[in-house]
Amino acid sequence: MSQSALAVELKGIWKRFPGVIANSDINLKVASGTVHAIVGENGAGKSTLMKILYGMQKADEGTISINGSDLVFNSPSDAIDSGIGMVHQHFMLADNFTVLENIVLGSEPKNGIRLDFAKARKQISEIAAENGLAVDPDVLVSELGVGDRQRIEILKVLYRGAKILILDEPTAVLVPHEVDELFNTLRDLKKEGLTVIFISHKLDEVLSIADEITVIRQGTTVGSVNPHTQNVSARDLAEMMVGNELPTPEAVGDTIRDEVVLNVENLSVFAKGGKALVDDISFQIRAGEIVGIAGVEGNGQAEILDALMGIESATGRVQFKDEDITNKSTRHRRELGIGFIPEDRHRQALMLEAPLWENRMLGHQTRSPNAKGIWLTPRSAKADTKRIVEEYDVRTPSIDVLASALSGGNQQKLIVGREMSGEPKLLIAAHPTRGVDVGAQAAIWDHIRHARQSGLAVLLVSADLDELIGLSDNIKVLLRGKFVADADPATVTPQELGTAMTGAGEAA
Amino acid sequence: MTYLKSRRFIGAAFTAITMLSITRTITGNGDLTSTVTIAQALVFASPIALAGLAGIWAERAGVINIGLEGMMILGTFGAGWAGWQWGVWAGVLAGVIFGAIGGLLLAVAAVTFGVDQIIAGTAINLLALGLTKFLAILLFTDAPGGGQAQSPPIKGEIPTFTIDSIVGPLTTLHERGIFFISDLAGILAGLFYNLSLLTIITFLLFVMTSYLLWKTAFGLRLRSAGENPWAADSLGVKVVQFKYAAVVFSGMLAGLGGAYLSIASTIYRNGNTAGRGFIGLATMIFGDWRPGGTAAGALMFGYIDTLRLIDTGNQNVKGLILLGAIILFAIGGIMLRRARRNSAIGFLILGSVMIGAYFSATSFPPEVAQVAPYITTLLVLATASQNLRPPAADGVPYRKGDHH
Amino acid sequence: MNLRRIGMSLIAPAIGLFISLAATAVILIAIGASISTVFSSMWNYGTSPRAMSLMLNLATIYFLSALAVSIGFKMNLFNIGVNGQYVLGALAAAVVASNLTLPKVASVTITILSAMFVGALWAGIAAWLKVARGVSEVISTIMLNFIAIGIISYIIVRTPIGTETSLNIRGTAAIPESGMLRGIAFIDPGTPIYGFFFISIVIGIAYWFLLNRTRFGFDLRATGKSATAARTSGVQSNRMIVVTMLLSGAVAGLVGLPYLLGDTGSYTLQFPTDWGFTGIAIALLGRNNPLGIALGAILWAFLDISSGQLILEGVPREISTIMQGLIVIVVVISYEVVRRYQVKSEQTSVAKALEKQEASV
Repeated sequence: MSQSALAVELKGIWKRFPGVIANSDINLKVASGTVHAIVGENGAGKSTLMKILYGMQKADEGTISINGSDLVFNSPSDAIDSGIGMVHQHFMLADNFTVLENIVLGSEPKNGIRLDFAKARKQISEIAAENGLAVDPDVLVSELGVGDRQRIEILKVLYRGAKILILDEPTAVLVPHEVDELFNTLRDLKKEGLTVIFISHKLDEVLSIADEITVIRQGTTVGSVNPHTQNVSARDLAEMMVGNELPTPEAVGDTIRDEVVLNVENLSVFAKGGKALVDDISFQIRAGEIVGIAGVEGNGQAEILDALMGIESATGRVQFKDEDITNKSTRHRRELGIGFIPEDRHRQALMLEAPLWENRMLGHQTRSPNAKGIWLTPRSAKADTKRIVEEYDVRTPSIDVLASALSGGNQQKLIVGREMSGEPKLLIAAHPTRGVDVGAQAAIWDHIRHARQSGLAVLLVSADLDELIGLSDNIKVLLRGKFVADADPATVTPQELGTAMTGAGEAA
Repeated sequence: MTYLKSRRFIGAAFTAITMLSITRTITGNGDLTSTVTIAQALVFASPIALAGLAGIWAERAGVINIGLEGMMILGTFGAGWAGWQWGVWAGVLAGVIFGAIGGLLLAVAAVTFGVDQIIAGTAINLLALGLTKFLAILLFTDAPGGGQAQSPPIKGEIPTFTIDSIVGPLTTLHERGIFFISDLAGILAGLFYNLSLLTIITFLLFVMTSYLLWKTAFGLRLRSAGENPWAADSLGVKVVQFKYAAVVFSGMLAGLGGAYLSIASTIYRNGNTAGRGFIGLATMIFGDWRPGGTAAGALMFGYIDTLRLIDTGNQNVKGLILLGAIILFAIGGIMLRRARRNSAIGFLILGSVMIGAYFSATSFPPEVAQVAPYITTLLVLATASQNLRPPAADGVPYRKGDHH
Repeated sequence: MNLRRIGMSLIAPAIGLFISLAATAVILIAIGASISTVFSSMWNYGTSPRAMSLMLNLATIYFLSALAVSIGFKMNLFNIGVNGQYVLGALAAAVVASNLTLPKVASVTITILSAMFVGALWAGIAAWLKVARGVSEVISTIMLNFIAIGIISYIIVRTPIGTETSLNIRGTAAIPESGMLRGIAFIDPGTPIYGFFFISIVIGIAYWFLLNRTRFGFDLRATGKSATAARTSGVQSNRMIVVTMLLSGAVAGLVGLPYLLGDTGSYTLQFPTDWGFTGIAIALLGRNNPLGIALGAILWAFLDISSGQLILEGVPREISTIMQGLIVIVVVISYEVVRRYQVKSEQTSVAKALEKQEASV
């Protein structure tokens, strides 16, 4: 065969954004008919690289070769035309459209100007059957769960005749048995001669499915390994990804006191249709205790936190120390001394187009040092902002800068510093070190541990199992809105935890 | 055409005719469902319907068009200016073009420059108002038959059609006063009496919109721009182009609606739109962003407008109030069945107030009729605004690559 | 940094003014008028003492109107109903004041309070509709404008409140001199500056303090910048909507008072009814900032007053409305462009500054 054995070759790719270099001199070789994984930390530049390969961004320098020919992509249509299909990490689906409409959008089978729905249905059923992806074309996407949505994204790509599939963090939102199903699908696709590029930071999974792994760190390629021929462990990969030693959080002795700071009884949150997103859960957190909630995203964590902060309505009883706060407003709860680090920092924790010192006041605008009575006190707020910038190593030239000008990690540091000020009694934190660089991550963990010594109670939700295990005194596993297991961080392993989180143990 | 056979349409039509019939029987006012009234209602409904349709096109592509009023004003002006000089069809064309220009301006401001859509729309309304006032003084003051705030009469007329063989017998049937049958007869007769070509065009535009937006690839792509433009972009759909096309077409429809207004009153007059652009938006919301419901809403407004304008004995307003009361009671009943006690009580109270008003007064001041359309809009929105499904990315400014 | 920000915020209005002047010049050429005569005539008249006094009076009205709109705009609440709120407020004020025989301070205070109350009430209807039924305030306030006109027409024409004033015009009974606020003529001896001018300055300062130095103001601005972040920070969105609309309506209620208490003394059917829309334009122009609004109000009033001369040159005075309309649309676009540029450039300059810091460490 004169056809190139390389499905994709990227040479010397550079991409710069204002203030940051996303990709510097990236070189990548993907062999046809293989599953090739690209791994790297958050912010290493993987997503940008894939966007370039898919035509959504244009590289500043470098070449793209598909099956041996150099090509230029000006838009996703060009990439689609050369047989590349992208399955995005954040699904690109229109909720109010049916499965069929989502799949054919942009490549609709036509009969004159009429959209040939019958033909579309037939084509979709055929492709779905060939690849073992079962779907009902006439269901509205809004009614589908995560695993089904991903299947539709894959179908979208296959429908357009893709021979090279790019999957961006596909397992981030999947339950382990769904991950197995996905991997089986990928193996089937490989048999059909397709090439799969798989971006992930989940090293165990990558080792189980990939034929070759390329590591990217800080925007550049560090190296490639072949797990079939080389003896590579997850730890080895992690060190390639990070470059120095991984943090190893450890629980530091017993700081738990007697006083119950948070007492939750029979908490339930219902969705519009009546489904229980949080199903009758009860737990307590004592002063000086960190309780961690482990669970795959979408099992009710966000709803629990919103309910505890008073943002979402719920039934049941929430008690903070001696006070029943079940029906109290969000502001009141914050004023009692509850700090909140929400999951979505851009939407819930920051005003992007406001200076840092105003953002420092957000959530605390009724208390010192931000306000006195009905009046704001900008001077003391600014001074305190400077303190936070120092203590939490927020990299910024001044506190007058807009929040949007800071990198994600520095924004997060500001938020953590803000919520830890004023000596909160309870900290509710969702993924507190998401996007934060390794050194600052360790510093934040130190701050939390230190505060715990002084009696801070913490409710911790995190997808980072190492963080969860390292910080928590006690871990509760959340599945479909209910607590299904308790785990002792000192003895549990990530594998055991993962099994409990997915209910895989039940089926077995 | 299948919609006309659908259960929803038949059910709604049946309910409407029944309520009208009850009102007519109690008040004894035949005008409520007479041929002339219904025919006139179509004339008044069409500009509002066009505004509502214009709203659908823009919002289905994700752009809120508050500037509809301004685009309509531009349309009324275009029709007046071209109409008195070159005839009625020139007026229609000019109205459409002027409206399109307004739409283009909104597209540039909101789609290309990302100005907040409501602000951009408001700015266009202000500009249209000032521009037309100025041009009216400039161009119409010295024109024969014109004045500082109005144009000379538009030359010519839009052809109208009357099918005597249907209208005659049905009108006779209407005069018999039989419950429901006579009212149905009057309504049907009204549809074919003095039916303007522009109304037929409006109807065809509605049919065309239904087909284009929901049965073609073009329509799917346009709607995707309003549901998830980033997904559409990732599939190669040219989102910005669709938004532009939708908004400009929206302006054209609004301009056509304005032209209709001027032609129906035979002149351009400052302030002729009287908020109809906004009422059109209300019908769009009432219609859940679909042509069918929007048309129904527009017909309702046209009907109210008609009643108050041909109210010779001040009796029509009374009839309206009674009808309003009946509708409020009906909605209250529906709310009760859905176990929404608070809303139900609200509607029942309002209904009782209206019944009280009906029985206590012999006639109502003209101001009541004057504000009837606006109060109705508020009531309609108050009932309809919740539980609706606007396009998911409606009003969201779109920039390529903005998503994560 | 701050000087740069100020410079940035002036670019957009400058561009708007420039383009609008250019377009106006084109229109003038098209209708055969002489640009230099038109502009110089406007300028000469406009800078005369009498014109400047009239201008300050009109600017007072516009300032209040724009302030009312801004309170809402700051949190993305579009109170387009200032028209309805101020005419009802003025009518109420006229009725109340004409029935009072108290000393001036008491009378004026009560008058002001009644106007604010009615304005807030009318805005409150829209607020309730939004919060309880999800009705867009843009449409509801506009509908309420039309309804207000109907109500006023009814009250003046068909109830005893309206009487025949001079010249066959129906209106409310005249307010006694003790209830009027005529003002001082300190620029041109023959033209008093409304007493309300000074009250408006106070209101403007109070607005600034409320918005930038109180907790409530922070909550309001936060809601405008990010409704979700504000909610997470403890702001109750429904409460904010209602309070803000009420405040906006209360200030709107005052818009008719400078003219009512400083000039006519009675609410007639000839009372101007479109000052609300002007307020919207100026609020957009002044970027919801009291100083910007004040400057915008003065600019607008200047255009309005000085264009009265134009009829002598054969140019319709409405050319000023075209200028105004153009200014609004161009400025609104320019603000957005400048804002995006600012955000981007700050990201770049911060990144650069950080690199320097790291390098020097």
